[in-house]
Amino acid sequence: MLGYFIRRLLAAIPVMLVLALSVFLLLRLSPGDPAVIIAGDMASPEQVASIRTALGLDQPIYTQFFIWMGNMLQGDFGTSLISQTSVMTMITQRLEPTVSLALAAIVFTVLISVPLGVIAAWRQGSWVDNLVMSVSVVGFSVPVFVIGYIVIQVFAIKLGWLPVQGYRSLDNGFGEFASRLVLPALTLSSVYIALIARMTRASMLEVLKEDYIRTARAKGLGERLVLFRHALRNAGVPILTVIGTGFALMVSGVVVTESVFNIPGLGRLIIDAVLARDYPVIQAIILLTAGLYVFINLLIDLSYAITDPRIRY
Amino acid sequence: MSTDNIVLRVESLVVETVDKSPKPILKGVSFEIQAGETLCLVGESGSGKSVSSLTTVGLLPSGSLRAVSGRVELDGENLLQATPKRLNELRGSRMAMIFQEPMTALNPVLSVGKQLDEVLACHTKTSTAQRRTQVLDALEQVHLPDIQRMYSSFPHQLSGGQRQRIMIAMALLLKPRLLIADEPTTALDVTTQHQILKLIRELQQKHGTAVLFITHDMGVVVDIADRVCVMKTGKIVEQGPVRQVLSTPKEAYTQCLLTAVPSLTPRPPRPARGPRQVLDVTGLEKEFVPSQGLLSWFRRAQAGTKAVNSVSFQLQEGRTLGIVGESGSGKSTLARCVMRLISPTGGIVRINGQDISVLNSRSLKPHRGCIQMVFQDPYRSLNPRLTIGQSLIEGPMNYGKPRNTAMLKAKELLELVGLPPDAIDRFPHQFSGGQRQRIAIARALAMEPDVIVADEAVSALDVSVQAQVLALFDDIQQRFGVAVLFITHDLRVAAQICDDVLVMQRGQVVEYGPAQQVLGNPQAAYTRQLIDVAPGRSWDFAAFAPAS
Repeated sequence: MLGYFIRRLLAAIPVMLVLALSVFLLLRLSPGDPAVIIAGDMASPEQVASIRTALGLDQPIYTQFFIWMGNMLQGDFGTSLISQTSVMTMITQRLEPTVSLALAAIVFTVLISVPLGVIAAWRQGSWVDNLVMSVSVVGFSVPVFVIGYIVIQVFAIKLGWLPVQGYRSLDNGFGEFASRLVLPALTLSSVYIALIARMTRASMLEVLKEDYIRTARAKGLGERLVLFRHALRNAGVPILTVIGTGFALMVSGVVVTESVFNIPGLGRLIIDAVLARDYPVIQAIILLTAGLYVFINLLIDLSYAITDPRIRY
Repeated sequence: MSTDNIVLRVESLVVETVDKSPKPILKGVSFEIQAGETLCLVGESGSGKSVSSLTTVGLLPSGSLRAVSGRVELDGENLLQATPKRLNELRGSRMAMIFQEPMTALNPVLSVGKQLDEVLACHTKTSTAQRRTQVLDALEQVHLPDIQRMYSSFPHQLSGGQRQRIMIAMALLLKPRLLIADEPTTALDVTTQHQILKLIRELQQKHGTAVLFITHDMGVVVDIADRVCVMKTGKIVEQGPVRQVLSTPKEAYTQCLLTAVPSLTPRPPRPARGPRQVLDVTGLEKEFVPSQGLLSWFRRAQAGTKAVNSVSFQLQEGRTLGIVGESGSGKSTLARCVMRLISPTGGIVRINGQDISVLNSRSLKPHRGCIQMVFQDPYRSLNPRLTIGQSLIEGPMNYGKPRNTAMLKAKELLELVGLPPDAIDRFPHQFSGGQRQRIAIARALAMEPDVIVADEAVSALDVSVQAQVLALFDDIQQRFGVAVLFITHDLRVAAQICDDVLVMQRGQVVEYGPAQQVLGNPQAAYTRQLIDVAPGRSWDFAAFAPAS
């Protein structure tokens, strides 16, 4: 297993290299000149040229790439073209809110969707099943920002249970931290709850038809053991896959959710950077999320082996 | 019969489907089993054998079937009125069940030890250490080797026979009064089947368990039953002591079942139709090398498995060659190589003199029509979305036959295999297993092949249907002179249909020759062993008497 882990990590290197190159080229070759944006509408061509020289944008494109890669390998993601601060610092400042939000969303998703899916499959065709399936259609079809505004309206404004927006770091106490995370995490997780509840239900329905479930019942085991020990573990692999991909897709959800709840996270940073053509920031965030995706995929693959002993690496 | 020793009594049991117009599945079934006795429920598929057993343990699929009247008494307690909690208490402790398919009956993600342990954890209050001792003891009782390793093994690491032993150990852990065995040896090889039947007998005698044994195999009945109940369409048509039912069957249906059992004595060979050799296989080999994946550069090359090792045989027109052997002997791989569904790694396959073993898919196409296949499972080998007509004409049209001509031919073939003409517009799910296998044969014949490869083509069929399909094979051979490569694990079937027999073990040919010689006077020890353990060898079914 350790050997597999190391091989997979090594195999991630070419993936990341190709990705770095594509990100670099895509942004350089797209229309629009960052030097012009920085200089502003009133700048003279000389001013623009001097900014371009200062940023190294007048160098040949491959030189720019190698310089960029070299710096990156040393942990230097460059300096923001707009704010002139280190990209690394910008990202680390914004990382905590985003990671907290994503983790909370995943915890909500798993805790809510898996039991819902199991119960829906167990009582297939009953009102519980119909309810879960109907709610999941809502989860799919209503956009994240609408759900965001609805939960703010209900839980923050009408009932006053939770704050409307903003973020407090864990340093301000868990209560402050958690109370501001609940609504955005719930909003972000809505679509994943719908997706994974459906997936769990479908996967469980398959497994519940299996012979070993009949064996488990023939042994006299109670339904709880049959469902959670015998069926859910077997249904696990497809569910884990969806959770893994869901986590990767969460990036787009994070952008919207952070905007709705006014959370100063990576999502907001990326929007600002894209609008301002702040290349170093965009590149760093894309590479960071891609790296995260590769890593999560690896963890998911490894978790298959833990769930299912037939899978050995 | 004394009544105080009765473990299970089923009385006038009626089970119906759960829908708007309920259909009866069991129509007043009654039987009883005493302690230490084995009662065999026999009958063809759909006769209600499994429904009887599932009703007994309270595991009828709740949304589709329900018991509407009658009694099922375990030691006098009516199970039909027991609460779900009470049924859970009884299952595993007082009554236990083993199933047909040991490959799927164990949970693949839990270790064997854990699966046995939870029976004890659920029904007793013993400590973890005590439970472990009990489980190890149970594994020892079913004669499993290296029980410590078995305890921590997962099902996929064990053979079919070992898994069925584990199922038996699990069922007998708490020494239940009643053991229900639902076709427990159907999925096993003859050798393993023999061992499992012996084991059930041995443990039954040791613990005095009452056994309800469900089977469709009359050979197994001879070997294990004390008494027999013959079931047909939800009713028991005949019951009595095994000897009595086998030697003086009263019902015509029972007689039919018995006479349909193919004899182990090979039939006389048919006169050769001609010298034309349609299939010639020389030194055929197939080695499976484990996939190295994208990271093959970093790994050492692994040794492969030789599934077929240096196999040679010839087949003349109009003849049937049987390939027999246990599972894993390489029979199906051989068939797939001959068909070129997979590419052999060595040797020559000549069809009508042309070597097809090395042809690429384009140059193979003209020869594909010459060799056609009939598969084991008629339920899965026909496309459910195509009508029978579409399935039948697809091949010929692919080879340039006009649609109308192909359709006319398809109608002729359906008539030939004994199906009504309107079958052409119907879909596979509207037919029974036997009818579907007839359709599969018609589909193979539509290509006007020289060779038909039949891979366990009658294994999934009931004995009477099996006899009809075998007769059909014989008939089409007489008419068209097509040669048949018949793959089977059942020596009785091989004895009835084959002119020549080739016995395979671990990918190699053990014995090859005329059926009368190989099955009548086997030379290889392995062939002799296969014949010795064939179930019901001691009974001559056609003569209703013990075999001479």
